[in-house]
Amino acid sequence: MNMLEIRGLEVSIGDTQILRGVDLSVSAGEIHVIMGPNGSGKSTLAKVLVGHPDCEVSSGEVDYAGRSLLEMDAEERALEGVFLAFQNPVEIPGVGNAYLLKAAVNAMRRHRGETELDAFDFLSMVREQLQQVGMSEDMLKRSVNAGFSGGEKKRNELLQLALLKPRLAILDELDSGLDIDGMKAVCTQISSMHTPDRAMLLVTHYPRMLEHLRVDHVHIMSGGRLVQSGGLELVGHLEQGGYETFSA
Amino acid sequence: MSTANKEISDLLNERYAAGFYTPLETDSVPPGLSEDTVRSISARKAEPEWLLKWRLRAYRRWLEMQEPHWAHAKYAPIDYQAASYYSAPKQDKPKSLDEVDPQILETYEKLGIPLRERELLAGVAVDAVFDSVSVATTFKEKLAEVGVIFCSFSDAVQEHPQLVRKYLGTVVPRGDNFYAALNAAVFSDGSFCYIPPDTRCPMELSTYFRINAGNTGQFERTLVVADRGSHVSYLEGCTAPMRDNNQLHAAVVELVALEDAEIKYSTVQNWYPGDAQGRGGIYNFVTKRGDCRGARSRISWTQIETGSAITWKYPSCILRGDHSRGAFYSVAITNNWQQADTGTKMIHLGRHTSSTIISKGISAGHGQNAYRGMVEAGPRASHARNFTQCDSLLMGDQCGAHTFPVIRAGNCTVQVEHEATTSKISDEQLFYCRQRGISTEDAVAMIVNGFCQRVLEELPMEFAVEARKLLGISLEGAIG
Repeated sequence: MNMLEIRGLEVSIGDTQILRGVDLSVSAGEIHVIMGPNGSGKSTLAKVLVGHPDCEVSSGEVDYAGRSLLEMDAEERALEGVFLAFQNPVEIPGVGNAYLLKAAVNAMRRHRGETELDAFDFLSMVREQLQQVGMSEDMLKRSVNAGFSGGEKKRNELLQLALLKPRLAILDELDSGLDIDGMKAVCTQISSMHTPDRAMLLVTHYPRMLEHLRVDHVHIMSGGRLVQSGGLELVGHLEQGGYETFSA
Repeated sequence: MSTANKEISDLLNERYAAGFYTPLETDSVPPGLSEDTVRSISARKAEPEWLLKWRLRAYRRWLEMQEPHWAHAKYAPIDYQAASYYSAPKQDKPKSLDEVDPQILETYEKLGIPLRERELLAGVAVDAVFDSVSVATTFKEKLAEVGVIFCSFSDAVQEHPQLVRKYLGTVVPRGDNFYAALNAAVFSDGSFCYIPPDTRCPMELSTYFRINAGNTGQFERTLVVADRGSHVSYLEGCTAPMRDNNQLHAAVVELVALEDAEIKYSTVQNWYPGDAQGRGGIYNFVTKRGDCRGARSRISWTQIETGSAITWKYPSCILRGDHSRGAFYSVAITNNWQQADTGTKMIHLGRHTSSTIISKGISAGHGQNAYRGMVEAGPRASHARNFTQCDSLLMGDQCGAHTFPVIRAGNCTVQVEHEATTSKISDEQLFYCRQRGISTEDAVAMIVNGFCQRVLEELPMEFAVEARKLLGISLEGAIG
């Protein structure tokens, strides 16, 4: 059974229709990549899946693990294992990063019927993950994303991904704003989190990121639809002809 | 309305838990205010002649004064003849806790302040002021062992007249301002505290103010004197029943710190704030001032202001002694139709005096929150320093935050810093938290707590927990 099944999804933001009928099936263990030019609707697809209030669904259905995803509110989707690594994570001045992480981890543990972690257990758990994503402990003490560089914000999203262990991870342009070394590190991290029971949906502009990952499916998005799906060979076409070749 | 605004307003509409009324037989003076009222209050307390005279002078001065309306708050003129100025439970003065009316004990228990000492938080002594009188003071004897005097103001007048006479009105003179003069004329009780030289008060002292009767005002007076080299930490809490009409609370607090003494004064103010339509609630018009009279003395005010329909208060420090230090840490929340005009005055008179002001205003609903502060350094106050940080957090788009700072530097060695920020809890911040599985309520509490952290950490530990809960409750319904 597919973990995620999107059928005929149409979505507007404000008065503008962005998604014009998206169909997509994702199974556990797969990595899907959605590529497309600016404004094609990639980020809107990522946002609607996590219940962003700006997204108005006018038509279509989304099944997630046998339930209707669109009927769940944003927290419930998160607690049921749908995670979005934001393209531009918001800054929350005054709230310690560690505090937010602990609140999120414990909300998840409560939901799964596990005991909540105290400050000590949490810290030892987070320390292990910090090294993996290449963050210093000092970033736990700073306010959430406040004054973080582009790269630090992305690593902070990855840290949350590692801590929250979602079933469906949606990564919205995780590669933007990273240099080559940063991108390699991010890819290594993503690969290490690629497990048979977890699906990943990557939204990206740039084919280069895919060289470092074992990608199962590539989808080209244009004008609010997925206009072509295939394997990595699509990336080759893209590099030769640009997005023009795929226009709807 | 955006999601955040709707969520904020839902979160805020939680019930006021302290809003119950205890039916008791009372001894009240009839409504109205005249010299006879003042005499009758003084007579009920069998006060010495000098105090009655002091009250009468204050009353006559008050008659010549105008109700101040410069605060950033709107309200109908108050009819000072309509309220009763004294209301006390009808019972002979209890000699011990066992004699206190069980209904009153129960009231305090419901409020989470058990007065029976065996149930008390270890290390906290409580003076319980119920309407116009102090009904019980705990740990009096234990404190007396180290020479600390902690009792009701009325008892202090009888038992320690020389101390009361020496310090009363020396920080807030009886004609200081309209409400202070009114208080001086009709104050009915309050707490008195004296810490002898070189003594560290062995426990937290606290006063719990409860307005119970309807159609009365509460006018209490607190006087804390820390003799040279002593230290005391003092906390006050306040609640009142829910009523449709406004009730006046005009208190005066005077603090005196002699050489090398330190007073930490904390307030958790949770008077009934009025309902969601702005009906009822307490008018909290209070004068609080501390005098760092001796060299190297220190006074800090920490306040968590969540209640009252209108708050008008400026806990201030007169930094008279050389090298003395003053501090003001404040969190003020206004929700629904609450209005707060609060801040501080730091008057630097001595050399090398320093002051710190940290003010955090949170506005939600139609709440209006003003910070009003003055930092003044006189010509003699060489090398005086002040640091002010004044932050506002807005929830929704119907509320307001205002800042009125005044700085007067009377000599060229003064250093003053003022930092200010205004921020808003945004939809994106809340969504980010929700995407991580954190509920809106928890997200708001987290952001508000983070915003107030610097002030909360100044509270005694036992009360910081309470204060955090109260912040959560005050803002429940603020987001929805």
